[in-house]
Amino acid sequence: MKDKINIVLTGVGGQGVITAANILGKAAVNAGVNVFVSEVHGMAQRGGTVNCTIRMGKVSGSLVAIGTADAIVSTEPIEALRYISYANKNTKIITDVTPIIPFTVSSGGEEYPDIDKVFKELESYGKLYKIDAVKIAKEAGALITKNIVMLGALAGSGVLPFDSKILIDTILDNVPAKFKEINKKAFNDGFMALK
Amino acid sequence: MEILEDKPSKKILLLGNEAITRGAIEAGVDVATTYPGTPSSEIADTFSAIAKFYTKQKKDPGFYFEYSTNEKVALEVAGAAAISGLRALTCMKHVGLNVASDTFMTYLYIGTRGGHVIVSADDPSCHSSQNEQDNRYYAIFGGAPMLEPSTPMEAKEMTRIGFEISEELKSPLLLRTTTRLNHVRGAVTFNKKQKPRKKGKFEKNPMWVTTPAVARARHPELLKMLEKAEKISEKSSFNKIIKVGKPQDWGIVTSGVSYNYVKEAAEDLKLNVRILKLGMTNPLPKKMCKDFIKSCKKLVIVEELEPVLEHQFKAMAYELGCGVDIYGKETGHFSRLFEYNLDIVTDAFSKIFKVKNPIVKPKESKIKLPSRPPALCPGCPHRATYYAVKLAKPRGVIYPTDIGCYTLGKAPPYEVADLLLCMGSNAGTACGLAVAVDDKIISFMGDSTFFHSGIPPIINAVHHNHDVVITVLDNRTTAMTGHQPHPGTEFDGMGRPAKSIHVEDVVKGCGVEHIEIVDPNNIKETTAAFKRALDFKGPSVVVSKSPCILLANRDKRKQGEKVPVYTIDQEKCKKCKLCISRFACPAIYYGEEGSILIDEQQCNGCGNCATVCPFKAIHPKEEDK
Repeated sequence: MKDKINIVLTGVGGQGVITAANILGKAAVNAGVNVFVSEVHGMAQRGGTVNCTIRMGKVSGSLVAIGTADAIVSTEPIEALRYISYANKNTKIITDVTPIIPFTVSSGGEEYPDIDKVFKELESYGKLYKIDAVKIAKEAGALITKNIVMLGALAGSGVLPFDSKILIDTILDNVPAKFKEINKKAFNDGFMALK
Repeated sequence: MEILEDKPSKKILLLGNEAITRGAIEAGVDVATTYPGTPSSEIADTFSAIAKFYTKQKKDPGFYFEYSTNEKVALEVAGAAAISGLRALTCMKHVGLNVASDTFMTYLYIGTRGGHVIVSADDPSCHSSQNEQDNRYYAIFGGAPMLEPSTPMEAKEMTRIGFEISEELKSPLLLRTTTRLNHVRGAVTFNKKQKPRKKGKFEKNPMWVTTPAVARARHPELLKMLEKAEKISEKSSFNKIIKVGKPQDWGIVTSGVSYNYVKEAAEDLKLNVRILKLGMTNPLPKKMCKDFIKSCKKLVIVEELEPVLEHQFKAMAYELGCGVDIYGKETGHFSRLFEYNLDIVTDAFSKIFKVKNPIVKPKESKIKLPSRPPALCPGCPHRATYYAVKLAKPRGVIYPTDIGCYTLGKAPPYEVADLLLCMGSNAGTACGLAVAVDDKIISFMGDSTFFHSGIPPIINAVHHNHDVVITVLDNRTTAMTGHQPHPGTEFDGMGRPAKSIHVEDVVKGCGVEHIEIVDPNNIKETTAAFKRALDFKGPSVVVSKSPCILLANRDKRKQGEKVPVYTIDQEKCKKCKLCISRFACPAIYYGEEGSILIDEQQCNGCGNCATVCPFKAIHPKEEDK
């Protein structure tokens, strides 16, 4: 086991990135692993780019150094690319495949790059794992479990220094009873997508 | 609530800010006050959530909490409670302490009886602030004992023990934090909860009244307090030496979150050093520091922002007359700008210690990525106000603005933000611009900002008859920092019914003769109101009233009401692009072959796009969300 695990969680505001980072941190505490989670708050309530870093093991701060991420998990393809400076050739880059078009593009000024070029570029930096988290989440029963699908995929990638059962238990502790089954399915299907 | 459990040695993940609240609860805090501001907001929001939790059950939370009108009032409310023997906490963002500084500076002269922890949340890198001032200078400026935590666990402990130090010294204490402490989660181990005192006793004493004679008598007492504080600092377990490798004559001095980067970089680079980690940084434990200096031939000082420790260590080295080499900001190894991280500290150490830097140069995507800047939400009433303002007078206007979501009006296509300094500055600078130039002046501030510091400049405008239009964007909440209540709302921070003060009543009381009250979602009437206000010679106030769409929709959903979703009739749409390029709602986007569509996921159903569409092509979708 590595003595330091660095994870970068990214995406767009409103997709549950901060919630996912918080749950991951709680799971680490439950597993008895030293952990720090950092969240970046934007100025607006939603819509902006979101970036959380989670560090576990023999670490003393919360910020991931350039080129040292073990995994970059993104709920949106170009957001993985935006934080690519954290990657090295061994970094597992796990991203959802569905673009979310920013308003800077929709209102005409900027351009969303060709998605295949985005994936090719991501592949050149690390080990790319594309998953259709939107589809998996919808099949599980709710689009909002997309963040849980991504956590499942992260657990499936084998990066976490503790048993994935601890993570799923922590997730279930943090959702209302009536959503437990949906979240369980979302996590397991995300897990299998990467396994 | 897990954060309330009285289970010593229980370990949970807490945000730095939540850990501060837990520390205060463990110390049996009686009174907590604030004015919200990032990155401090969650400290108070946690107090508020706890208070509401008890209020709902008709129980007493054991403490009093309020979102005060501004930071100065917050400090005075808590200060008076502490003077009466209660334990009090006041939290604010760094610039909030500027607002409270008048109180702060003299409060330190008279001191306190109950412990009072004042939390300053500094924001190196200006993540969500108008400057990155270093509030450690306030501790030195006013003579306040100061603690600086590195982790959430330490934040909890320093808050808890901060009350004891404050009581021992009979002085308020500054807990100085930074964004990377406030917004970091880490494991926190609980201590036992002490019982609050609940009722204080104000003992009358002429020394509480700071006449010049009293002030002259109190200043020497303040200096004596600082001598006593230095003794506490010498013994404090928050100041300690950590060894990395096999140290010889190199030492590193650091405090706050910088310590985290220092420790890890030293370990990663396999340095042989001793680290002096300072947790109580005012007054410094001079003997401990001097002993450390004497034991080193070379010293590295690592601290974000200003060279506060560096200057004090240079002064101590001078007093010792020793020729230690000191590396820091003034040797160019560290910057006075922005927050640090592991990369920055590792790079500086590799140069100072002449070892290879293992961290690679950052790679950037070769593909140009579209930006995702923050924007006013779809359905935000401020957008409707701004649209009406531009219709009323498209050119020849200067727009002083203020601190809030509405600052985002700076972005195209609206560009209705020309001058901003601090909370409340919109109306004051509006007055000055009216004196200085011939352009029309329309200023903007939010409702919470109005109560915070917007009223005195309105009185100034009235008394001097400045020809300005002052707009209060009244969305019934403190939206940007997380929807906290303010004096205009019907509930207080403890979830209890509260007297709601109406902006227009206050403005009328200030003597403003021309007041317009509008619903910005009626764009036509709002445009007419701004035209009338501009035509009025002298100060006029437009109160643009409509609740934050996020709150309004949340309430609608709670009451089982449906929020409509709008759609564009592609037959009727003439592709004039007005809705997308001039109204600029982020939910509207270009589809295939130049078609214009509304993203149902994002639409908040305000319907203003339907109003602005000249071809009546936009209407609510039949089947609702």
